[in-house]
Amino acid sequence: MGNTTLRPQTAPAGTTPIEVDEHVIDVVSDSGEGAQKCGQSLAAIAARSGNGIWTVEIIPAEIQPPARSIAGASGNRVRIGRNRVTNGGDAADLVVAFNDQVLAGRVAAGELKPGCIVLLESMWRDDPDPAIAAGYVSVHDALVADGHPVYEIPMEAECLQIVADARRGKNMFVLGLLCHVYGLDTELADEQVAVALAKKGAAVVETNQRLVRAGWQWAAQHLDVHFRIPATPPKQPQIVVSGNTALALGVMASGMEVCAMYPITPATSASHYLSEAFERVGGLVHQAEDEIAAVNFAIGASYAGKCAVTITSGPGYSLKQEAIGLAVMGEIPLVVIDVQRGGPSTGQPTKAEQGDLLSAIFGSHGDAPKVVLAVADIEDCFYSVITARKIAEAFNMVVVVLSDASLANAQQPFQRPQFDPEWLAPPIDQSPVPDGLAPYDWDDRTGLAHRFIPGQPGGMHTLTGLAHDRDSKVAYDPEVNEDAIRRRSLRLAAVARTLRPPTVTGDQDGDLLVVGWGSTRGAISEAVERVRADGHRVGALHLKFLQPLAPGIGDILGRFDRVLAVENNWSDRSDDPIVDEDNRRFSNLAWLLRARYLVDIDCWGQVRGQPLRPGAIAHAITARLDNERRTRR
Amino acid sequence: MTLSVTECLLAASREHHDLDDYAGELSRWCTGCGDNAILAALQRICRDEQLAPERTVFVSGIGCSSRLPHYMKTYGFHGLHGRALPVAEGIKIRRPDLDVFVNTGDGDCCAIGTAHWIHAIRYNMNLTVVMHDNEVYGLTKNQTSPTSPRHLTSNTTPRGAYLEALDPVSTTLAVTNVSFVAQCVDWIPELVHDVISAGFHHKGFSFIRILQRCPEYLDGHFDQWKSDPERILLLRHEDGVEPSPELSRIYRNQIVHDPADLRRAQEIASDRDPIPVGVLYRNDDVPCYEDTRRADRHYGPAEIGQALEAEFDRFAIRPANNNHDGGGR
Ligand SMILES: Cc1ncc(C[n+]2csc(CCOP(=O)(O)OP(=O)(O)O)c2C)c(N)n1
Ligand code: SF4
Repeated sequence: MGNTTLRPQTAPAGTTPIEVDEHVIDVVSDSGEGAQKCGQSLAAIAARSGNGIWTVEIIPAEIQPPARSIAGASGNRVRIGRNRVTNGGDAADLVVAFNDQVLAGRVAAGELKPGCIVLLESMWRDDPDPAIAAGYVSVHDALVADGHPVYEIPMEAECLQIVADARRGKNMFVLGLLCHVYGLDTELADEQVAVALAKKGAAVVETNQRLVRAGWQWAAQHLDVHFRIPATPPKQPQIVVSGNTALALGVMASGMEVCAMYPITPATSASHYLSEAFERVGGLVHQAEDEIAAVNFAIGASYAGKCAVTITSGPGYSLKQEAIGLAVMGEIPLVVIDVQRGGPSTGQPTKAEQGDLLSAIFGSHGDAPKVVLAVADIEDCFYSVITARKIAEAFNMVVVVLSDASLANAQQPFQRPQFDPEWLAPPIDQSPVPDGLAPYDWDDRTGLAHRFIPGQPGGMHTLTGLAHDRDSKVAYDPEVNEDAIRRRSLRLAAVARTLRPPTVTGDQDGDLLVVGWGSTRGAISEAVERVRADGHRVGALHLKFLQPLAPGIGDILGRFDRVLAVENNWSDRSDDPIVDEDNRRFSNLAWLLRARYLVDIDCWGQVRGQPLRPGAIAHAITARLDNERRTRR
Repeated sequence: MTLSVTECLLAASREHHDLDDYAGELSRWCTGCGDNAILAALQRICRDEQLAPERTVFVSGIGCSSRLPHYMKTYGFHGLHGRALPVAEGIKIRRPDLDVFVNTGDGDCCAIGTAHWIHAIRYNMNLTVVMHDNEVYGLTKNQTSPTSPRHLTSNTTPRGAYLEALDPVSTTLAVTNVSFVAQCVDWIPELVHDVISAGFHHKGFSFIRILQRCPEYLDGHFDQWKSDPERILLLRHEDGVEPSPELSRIYRNQIVHDPADLRRAQEIASDRDPIPVGVLYRNDDVPCYEDTRRADRHYGPAEIGQALEAEFDRFAIRPANNNHDGGGR
């Protein structure tokens, strides 16, 4: 087959690099071909050069999808920017594909921008199987017809000059290619390869460095695609981790010692990481027989010691609901992390959705007040767990931390945290309980009570999930029951008193306020900036605390003509013929804010299993504003 | 500093606990309910062992039997139906210093809590678990339980239970890591005490099934055994329990059973007539999960800070311009 000739159908760029503010780059392959490592390494190199980055894993739904299949794309999306990057962005500017079929899948999913540059493995054109060769040609020709500059690259042939199995080398060859395309430092690439493959030994590192250089040289000789994304080297030391790793680091940093879990995508990797890291600090991850066991185990550990944590995703969260109610009833501090995925039921395990907000707030039967907060980005994953542990122990409450699949495997650099011993839970109290103190000595104003921990002389009582009085005695008395429910509820008001009013970004008053929560913060504020650049007066409000809500939100809502909740969950489309204002089902946050503030809040969202894109949000905002203008006229 | 005699006496009396020190609320079980016998035995064991009430925790699920912690004056945890075991495991994992008992019913343990029961055997944590088996659901008023004998009529099986009973003792004996199994009937108080006490002394997961009378819903259910001591088979062994001479005068149907003999224990376990009582199986060599997991490791701020810094180092982005020292961490 030899060196297939390069076939650039259009010449996208001259030899001098084109300067761009940012690029979204996809690297996709069959799973097992290492596109993920390629994307991650590219991101790391860019980050070290001082670019903002955001990476998102492209994960096939099955562990071993058939090779060369439309649904089998595995790899990484890397968004590289001049400034800090807060989300995965819109569609790709440049895509590298190891075969035509995974590429076709990306095209069908609308992941390519118009004019997106395509770097495609060319070996399939000459495949002995005529069906494969024909498939390749048809994908290729369709892309060209759609105006994509397509570069066919003999990746396999080039790699075979260095390694016997090109499947194990292509990813590094491509890394070299991309370093050349984006003018990244080859020395940094060498170092990155050494770091990424350190465990595999010097020989492997050396071979891979040769592959990177081969890719770089090949690009230098054959490719006229050149971009430069200006970078400012960071002044502060930074770390780059995924959202799930950040959650796990947060668990360690909060001083929690027990994490009980049952494996579930996309939450599990947090526990994988923690299982290893905890070995060095004396904590432990307990893989229980199911989620019910996991949460009850965590409750037992919390009851007898420091606050414990349980990490799960939607289906597991549903199973934990009864026990969460028990922790509420017993006033046992507990942190529950829900890395949301597509629902309902088994839903879309690997896909992003923010559908669990209302079940987190209202899920357990009866009145079970708990704190619910959501993480906004990777850095926030780390600090939110520390905050959650603090609140749980200060108020003897359950604190639910909501993350989601869009952050779980995404990576973003952030300032290296400075460890503060204040983050840690204090040692448990084992001092004698003073005479006359009752286990539920509820404060009249705040509902707060002491917590007696086994081992404390004089504190003996039986904690119960049944209605109980101050002495923890089972009580069906109407007064006692109502009083206890009142006190447990008051603690939420007490938490609310400690919160600061949230800030609005963009315009502080005007046509439209976009409200969001959790992982969509970056995409929403980017969308709002785009719309503002078009001359609209739009602000963005991001809520970290969903229960209790921070003070001052009502005032903020009042400063805008319209309010639009933007969420990655379902809301009925008002243009469906049988949907009207009496039966329309709103998105999670919209329900909540409408009930709380009596404001006619509109909502927009998607349930496509993907993170919300700034472009789509901007489009929705503009449509709402245009619609408004039309109806006013 | 020396203490005066009265101070010494005071200190000693403060430390010595009598039965009253373990008596919580007055029990509300029905008259004649076998749970009372189990409660009495547990209070005696606490007294005999001089357990510090503040370092003792009784954990239970939901059911008549699960009310037991309220009747103790120790720490107690009366949790959810079926979930006593994971709670007890969570307590033990961080507090191996506490003595943890579990009280669970046959519905609690062998129906809704089955997964936890099987896995708890495998974890083999140092817990003393008493299964109050009245072969019926008491609290919810007379429904068939997994341990109800076939043909038993109840509110959910007015024409008699359709299925053969599940045998909790054989089941437990069949699970990986089983380390202690005993059985008794509530109407032989001395033996109830002795088997639970043997379980308490065993380091590991001690599963003790007590056949327990529920006069409210199954009046007379155990009468044929209760009225005829010959229909009780006493398992005796120096590594299990040795009945007193008085007891031996009444219960003469005895065999020597070595609790190390798992095969024999499995043969005996499912017998119903006579009912075998005593220690069926004991193996002190099964590792406890809390030991395997080295649950007693506790680290302070300095160690946690250090470990975190090491983690941050792993994920650090070294600025590109000031060092090109190649790989490494
Ligand atoms: C999740 C849940 N399901 C059902 C119940 C109702 N319930 C309470 S106790 C019980 C069964 C009690 O039987 P058993 O465990 O044998 O205990 P006993 O009352 O006989 O001592 C049931 C079904 C409950 N409390 N929680
Ligand atoms: S109903 Fe049965 S088990 Fe429950 S207290 Fe009464 S006698 Fe005991």
